[in-house]
Amino acid sequence: MTKVTLTVNGKAVSREVEQRTLLVQLLRDDPASGGLGLTGTHVGCDTSQCGACTVHVDGMAVKSCTMLAVEAEGAAVTTIEGMANADGSLSPLQQAFQDHHGLQCGFCTPGMVMTAAALLAENPTPSESAVRYYLEGNICRCTGYHGIVKAIMAASGQDMPAMAAE
Amino acid sequence: MPKDTSAPATGIGAATKRREDIRFLTGRGRYTDDINLRGQAHAHFLRSDVAHGRIRSIDTAAAEAMPGVIKVFTAADFASAGGLPCGWQVTDRFGQPMQEPKHPILADGKVRHVGDPIACVVAETLDQARDAADAIVVDIEDLPAVIDMKAALAEGAPKVHDELTSNLCYDWGFVEENKAAVEQAFRDAAHVVSLDLVNNRLVANPMEPRVAVGDYDFATDMHTLYTTSQNPHVIRLLMGAFVLGIPEHRLRVVAPDVGGGFGSKIYHYAEEAFCTAAAKALRRPVKWTSTRSEAFISDAHGRDHLTRIELALDADHMFTALRTETYANMGAYLSTFAPCIPTWLHGTLMAGNYRTPLIYVNVKAVFTNTVPVDAYRGAGRPEATFQIERLVDKAARELGADPVELRRKNFITEFPYQTPVAVVYDTGNYHATMDKLLEISDRAGFEARAMESQARGKLRGFGIAHYIEACGIAPSNLVGQLGARAGLYESATVRVNATGGIVVMTGSHSHGQGHETTFAQVVADMIGIDAGQVEIVHGDTANTPMGMGTYGSRSLAVGGSALVKAAGKVIAKAKKIAAHLLEAAEGDIELKDGTFSVAGTDRTVDWGAVCLAAYVPHNYPLADLEPGLEETAFYDPANFTFPSGAYACEVEVDPETGAVEILAFSAADDFGNIVNPMIVEGQVQGGLAQGIGQALMEHCVYDETGQLLTGSYMDYAMPRAEDLPLFRVDHSCITPCTHNPLGVKGCGEAGAIGSPPAVVNAVLDALNRGGHAVSHIDMPLSPARVWAAINA
Ligand code: FES
Ligand code: FES
Repeated sequence: MTKVTLTVNGKAVSREVEQRTLLVQLLRDDPASGGLGLTGTHVGCDTSQCGACTVHVDGMAVKSCTMLAVEAEGAAVTTIEGMANADGSLSPLQQAFQDHHGLQCGFCTPGMVMTAAALLAENPTPSESAVRYYLEGNICRCTGYHGIVKAIMAASGQDMPAMAAE
Repeated sequence: MPKDTSAPATGIGAATKRREDIRFLTGRGRYTDDINLRGQAHAHFLRSDVAHGRIRSIDTAAAEAMPGVIKVFTAADFASAGGLPCGWQVTDRFGQPMQEPKHPILADGKVRHVGDPIACVVAETLDQARDAADAIVVDIEDLPAVIDMKAALAEGAPKVHDELTSNLCYDWGFVEENKAAVEQAFRDAAHVVSLDLVNNRLVANPMEPRVAVGDYDFATDMHTLYTTSQNPHVIRLLMGAFVLGIPEHRLRVVAPDVGGGFGSKIYHYAEEAFCTAAAKALRRPVKWTSTRSEAFISDAHGRDHLTRIELALDADHMFTALRTETYANMGAYLSTFAPCIPTWLHGTLMAGNYRTPLIYVNVKAVFTNTVPVDAYRGAGRPEATFQIERLVDKAARELGADPVELRRKNFITEFPYQTPVAVVYDTGNYHATMDKLLEISDRAGFEARAMESQARGKLRGFGIAHYIEACGIAPSNLVGQLGARAGLYESATVRVNATGGIVVMTGSHSHGQGHETTFAQVVADMIGIDAGQVEIVHGDTANTPMGMGTYGSRSLAVGGSALVKAAGKVIAKAKKIAAHLLEAAEGDIELKDGTFSVAGTDRTVDWGAVCLAAYVPHNYPLADLEPGLEETAFYDPANFTFPSGAYACEVEVDPETGAVEILAFSAADDFGNIVNPMIVEGQVQGGLAQGIGQALMEHCVYDETGQLLTGSYMDYAMPRAEDLPLFRVDHSCITPCTHNPLGVKGCGEAGAIGSPPAVVNAVLDALNRGGHAVSHIDMPLSPARVWAAINA
């Protein structure tokens, strides 16, 4: 076991982990078995393809299933639990997902929000195709991405082109 | 409290935002894998890596000695358990029941597909369970596998189940009595068009993998199973009554937030029974979480039909007869509803939207050494629609007819319409959806767009399809006659609290559909209060009435109807109370905007006061009326519902590479009345993505030895954001369902049903316009296949 110390959603935490423990395991596992109990981050695959596990590590969108917990030593990690406004209300990006029906079953949603937040930090007014390109590592099986793309465009203050008319 | 009319509308027809989104967007959803019970152990299944083999021996000694291992289970531990039951018995065309093999929880004697569970290690940690599974020594004698359906039916083919007479599950004819007349119509036809096609095998792939957590309380003899299910009551019934012998009052099944299902989470799976039984055997909770790789070899797959379809037309291009011969893959065992998919959910839809007077459908269901195949979004109806709509398009091309006009000419226009394949369409207006489609897809402007593409060296194509589906499954007495071993009603309890707030307990289940929002809209609308005063509870057999769950686009049509019935009973009783309070005749009481009034007067009492009187019955007609305000209703539908719609796909094909780009996709649906347009549009968009995925990308492939070649997201391609356009979705064509109280039809599967033929028709249109005489390409239309067709 190795001790790992990091900041998660602004709080310093320290845990004993195995060398093989993935960051997503550390985040999700029950506190009774040494994890942080942050179950908002999801696991949808085992080949680093789906993005349901996306978190921010030092501001970068990272698939937490593809990073060892020990690699996060000293890092600042943000998960979906850390994305709401300070008073607990939805942030503008989260609100845009609700407003534009960017989620159905909600399973891909944490990863989508984390990825979208990283995109908007890099590029505050992305084009529709830039949004779709940036989401290449995130799979949603429910929405056809329609509402997700609209939500991200809206969160960036842009109206969708007329073609979006339904 | 009377409704605040200045607040945003939350009743029927309002695009109310979803209340469940708040928890999902903040990481506070509670999915099954988020549940960790105190003292839980972890299960890991050792699964067969060969498609077919005889188990000579299983040595678990070394595994059992590994650190943390609590017990290693094999079939011997389940000697007294029943097999996983099949919920539908199909009768073949000779009047005989289908062949129905036993499906053990853990492989017993033989393994029959890659992924068949052989043993299960339960250990203190998941890593320990996995490590120990590697130490189990299984001696398996390899047997030749049957993968190809036609080869599986050949004389002398290896048998998947030794105790069956062959690999044929059933040979079904529908309608058998029509067969001779159909053949005569083909002999008399002016034109016959035929097509051989494949409906590609798919994997549903909800983003949440399956999970089961079993728990057992010795003090109360109560079993609890937390599971990723679309229908917790069905699991309780099947597992309790047929597999483990647990009476329902000792078994609670909870399906909390479920991350998508698309059919694959309807079925009762071995892992559910395993965790429930192991929790009792080991006296501690047992949890299993599927990995994605495991999901590919243990979740039921979908589709996988081979079909020859033929259409007879007269000299005026009227359809005179249709016949099909289909081979449907069942996989190695019969999954819960597998036998009914290629029969009653497929054969009965073969009339499509057309007045074809004579139809004969033959289906041979085949056992192979592959994962069981069952319903996947649309279930039988996409297969029917694909055949019909591909063939009609091919007929138009061969006859030199316009594909829209050929369809219009043969459309059913009078309702109710008795099809020659048993079902009666209650309503529809196919010309209206076609008109709307041509408008929103701007077909008129297509030629100019095609010229523009041509100038860039690209081939542009426009493909259409019209679909019909049968939803709202289903009248119980009818499906009973057809072989269903269950009823298909739905239930709701409406519990009004003393201060007027309402809790609704529904037997429907939401795994993305947004029932917590839409069901509340329905109840709120009926009473005239804000939807925020209505809470929806679902997914737990302990606090919901027996319900059949969510699939087949049935929740609003069947579950919503139960809800309306229950709320109607509540309102009827509340009116009696109001009549007492207002000292008026019950018949004079009106309810509007949450206020009861005496017709023609200004005397009123509001909803909250009536509710309070029901629970604090000081001034109350106790001699005539019980206190309290809570009612339950069960609703059994009178008929299926028949959503229909017209879809158009516009593609550009790169003739150099065969790559297909979807430039636009338009859908004009008739779902009957709409409760929440935002949610309806979302359902269509998601269905379109899956249908486009089937048409262009998705393909579950086995090699000839039964190894799954597409066992992960590296190999099984699903649409990503870049693969899809924004969709044009319209639901303004409305012919309300005539036999349910909301006039709703169901919208969950339409997108996946109507889109594959539209996509394929569009690609073929592009190729033929470009001078490549290609009559068909099998799905998925990968660049390699399209390129090969161009260069054939
Ligand atoms: S779980 Fe990390 S990419 Fe799928
Ligand atoms: S909302 Fe279900 S996977 Fe995206």
